[in-house]
Amino acid sequence: MPQMGESIAEGTVSKWLKQVGDAVERDEPILEISTDKVDAEIPSPSAGALVEVLVAEGETVEVGTIVAFIDPNGSSDDRAQAAVSDDPAPAGSSSPSAEESAQTAPPPANTEVAEPSSGATSGAAATDDDPDCTTTTEERLRARSTPVVRRIAAEAGIEIAEVPGTGHGGRVTKQDILAHIEKTPAERVADPLQPAPQPSAPTPSAPAPPPAARPAPSGDDLWDRFSTEVEHPVFPVRAEDTVEAMDKVRRLTAEHMILAKRVHAHVHSVVEIDFTSVDTVRREMKEQWAKRGARVSYTAFVAWACSRILRDFPTVNGVISGDSVIHRGAVNLGMAVDLNPGLIVPVIHDADDLGLVGLAKKIVDLATRAKSRQLSPGEIQGATFTITNPGVLGTMVGMPVIPKGTSAILGTGTIEKRVVALTDPVTGGDSVAIRKRSYFSLGYDHRLVDGADSARFLSVLKEVLEDFPQ
Amino acid sequence: MRAWRDRALSVLHLGEVGYPEALELQARLVGCRRRGEVPDTLLLLQHPHVVTIGSAGGDRHLLLPRRELAERGIGLFETGRGGDVTYHGPGQVVGYPILDLKPDRRDLHAYLRSLEAVLIDALATFGITADRDETATGVWVESAKVAAIGIRVSSGWITSHGFALNVATDLSYFGAIVPCGLQGRPVTSVERILGREVAPAALHRAIAAAMVREFGYGRAESDEVPLECRQGASASCKGS
Repeated sequence: MPQMGESIAEGTVSKWLKQVGDAVERDEPILEISTDKVDAEIPSPSAGALVEVLVAEGETVEVGTIVAFIDPNGSSDDRAQAAVSDDPAPAGSSSPSAEESAQTAPPPANTEVAEPSSGATSGAAATDDDPDCTTTTEERLRARSTPVVRRIAAEAGIEIAEVPGTGHGGRVTKQDILAHIEKTPAERVADPLQPAPQPSAPTPSAPAPPPAARPAPSGDDLWDRFSTEVEHPVFPVRAEDTVEAMDKVRRLTAEHMILAKRVHAHVHSVVEIDFTSVDTVRREMKEQWAKRGARVSYTAFVAWACSRILRDFPTVNGVISGDSVIHRGAVNLGMAVDLNPGLIVPVIHDADDLGLVGLAKKIVDLATRAKSRQLSPGEIQGATFTITNPGVLGTMVGMPVIPKGTSAILGTGTIEKRVVALTDPVTGGDSVAIRKRSYFSLGYDHRLVDGADSARFLSVLKEVLEDFPQ
Repeated sequence: MRAWRDRALSVLHLGEVGYPEALELQARLVGCRRRGEVPDTLLLLQHPHVVTIGSAGGDRHLLLPRRELAERGIGLFETGRGGDVTYHGPGQVVGYPILDLKPDRRDLHAYLRSLEAVLIDALATFGITADRDETATGVWVESAKVAAIGIRVSSGWITSHGFALNVATDLSYFGAIVPCGLQGRPVTSVERILGREVAPAALHRAIAAAMVREFGYGRAESDEVPLECRQGASASCKGS
């Protein structure tokens, strides 16, 4: 429910102009709402297919409430299917490796209910959506849960208000509802939020828990939620603003970035690399490569160099998993691609099996298909190391976020001519020269990769690129 | 998007227009305005006897059966504006502003308040002190309703529908309905308040001037092209 004016706290859905399954164009009206003396058409924020309608005609909801989902892929399939199959998933320059995307794909979880911007309006609205006044505020709050939770509850035949909520404001989270379903009916009754007769005669050595206390989440639960759940804070909407639901790529990217930042101990090191050698080779070989149908970009050289050396740096190509360290047996390069808007990270599997031209072709192929959204799920999964190229847009040096499930990401800065001081290796004489150079940054997880490891990795990478065989 | 002082308001005086024809014209102009093919436009017109039901209304505020309305020659339309039931007819000045509220007037309630301000301002030029009622949209003179307001905002923040100001309205027709669903609130007209005849054209000028002041337009352009000509230009928006 978009903000249609400063003093408007809620709106009534008067008519759905589109039905579930209908294709919609960006800015095409999809529903009509009415508030006092005003009827307003609400245009679609993006093109796609209307896949889910959450608010029925005649219902009044607060501003900020999600009223429907639009699948930008235009498929009218079930949302969940779309999430695991046809959408290659999110990616940031430190994008989710697709393993995670597949696991975390379903949740519209954190997007569903944008909170009203002020307490006053929420109070007013709360009374209105319950004309009978038969529910308590707390029950309403808890019932205001995510579509995923509501769907799970409906499928299991459970009233959400019966489930103890541990989320923000007592909201019922996905974990809460799943945990509730796993309990036997007897256990559910014994839940402290559902006061019930105490089981007879507790043994003296095991005193009964304090009856009013909510069960403290165990350490495992807390950790699980810390590393898998994200809830974004809510901010007031101002009159001149517009509000739209995050699309799936944005949502998953936002979750992934927070989780990656939460878990990894980020450190960045920067090195300057001279591209004179690479540049010479590119110029000399350009025609020959063109005959083979290849355009070999600087990025291809970087990918090639990384794929040659990563096996020598098992921590950079590994990951901490629980109490263990996994050293990956393959070199799978994630290559961040700008979709504008959005990012995705297709993966070149076994990159060290490919030569320079093979890598170049693969990069072009993956980037092209990423932009036309034709990647298969396998092509966005399993990265062991990621390369992102902020330099393509002129950035001098970037400090990228390390994708979950990996330990390092390389950010390549723009390649530009710089005035540098050179020392002749034979005569020892100094001179000033103009060379093509670039700053490369390595973001690494300091839990696993030591500072010296990263320095060694960067210096070897520098050596390989600067002494590229001519 | 230019500042409002760089925008012009095109005021079209259309005379008497049937309700469905006015709906069709508004729909066309909304599309034209959205595509930027016409400037902000104020349609000033009057309708033949008609009762319209807004999205918030229903038959319960019709005091006469539908059949009897028909027998009295009163049309009945359910229409896509906000609000409840109202009556339009001869002697009433109906204004339909087709405005692009982007970029800085995207606030439905603020727009309602602006339309009220326009009418209060226009009435003041006739020495009438009109007021708002915090609890009910519209323009009131000593607790009697002199103007009704109900609007629609289409995709892209383009407005349509608008206001109906009773000037020389035969107020007995309001006996067919509960205006805007507000029981026990009388209606009034400019002529009843002033106790003399007022030319609609004088109110048209006052309303157009008040629109310019309220919204901050740089200028207004008046036009009196008959409706038939505009309908002829339906394919394109040129000349509309």
